[in-house]
Amino acid sequence: MRMHYILILIVLFVFWLLLSGHYVALILAFGVISALLVTYFLVRMDKVDKEPVIFRPGFAALHYFGWLMWQVVLSNIDVARRIWNPRLPIRPQWQRLDIKVSTPMEKTLYANSITLTPGTLTTNVKKDHFMIHSLDPDGIEELRKGEMEARIRRIGV
Amino acid sequence: MSLLIEVLSAAFLLTGGFLCITGGVGMLRMPDFFSRVHAAGVTETLAAPLLLFGLLLQMEWSLEMVKVIMILIFILATNPTATQAMAKAALNGNQKPLVADETDTRGEGSSNS
Repeated sequence: MRMHYILILIVLFVFWLLLSGHYVALILAFGVISALLVTYFLVRMDKVDKEPVIFRPGFAALHYFGWLMWQVVLSNIDVARRIWNPRLPIRPQWQRLDIKVSTPMEKTLYANSITLTPGTLTTNVKKDHFMIHSLDPDGIEELRKGEMEARIRRIGV
Repeated sequence: MSLLIEVLSAAFLLTGGFLCITGGVGMLRMPDFFSRVHAAGVTETLAAPLLLFGLLLQMEWSLEMVKVIMILIFILATNPTATQAMAKAALNGNQKPLVADETDTRGEGSSNS
């Protein structure tokens, strides 16, 4: 667990370095102090909610995000075509989508991925299902096929 | 080479700009709150990244590039969260989504709002 926080400290400091771009001793010291302070807060908050979130984006996660970006492009094209079509071919749906993912991380990732692709929108996250608003029945059908869900389960977070 | 980058950058910027307009037109054409959210999504999820990519191609190697990439990541990470918060707020405010009648043929389900 200690390694986990040291890693967070390092990541925070690198992030700070990239944002600041100043490499003077005094300023660097401020950076170290703020990174330490944030890590300290994090340790305390993890003690309260007792579920520290450990997310290490590995190759599988990167592969998923690549795939997700491609899906975002495809669904954007679809929505843009519907918008410019003079007949406005939309059939909005608001339906229940049963889910197989169970861990909070997987559910978060799944719900956010659905919302990120235009045309589908997660309105509620419940224990065993989401409520999905979709611009077209095809959007929900696509989700029911479960490709996105299977890919998220394959990352295994 | 630099001409190629220039053209590519212009293509990204133009497509991004066009998609911004698309999002705006969608906001005006869509019948209810929830379908407008989808139109707004076009602006955020594809138009903004395309604009940023277009800008990235024109930049010189510097720390600023990292910052633009960070902006990109933050837009993509916060968009679903904000959208979900809005949808939830709308539902809590008794905005019920407009749902197309199942018997409607494609393309006629939206105009009667």
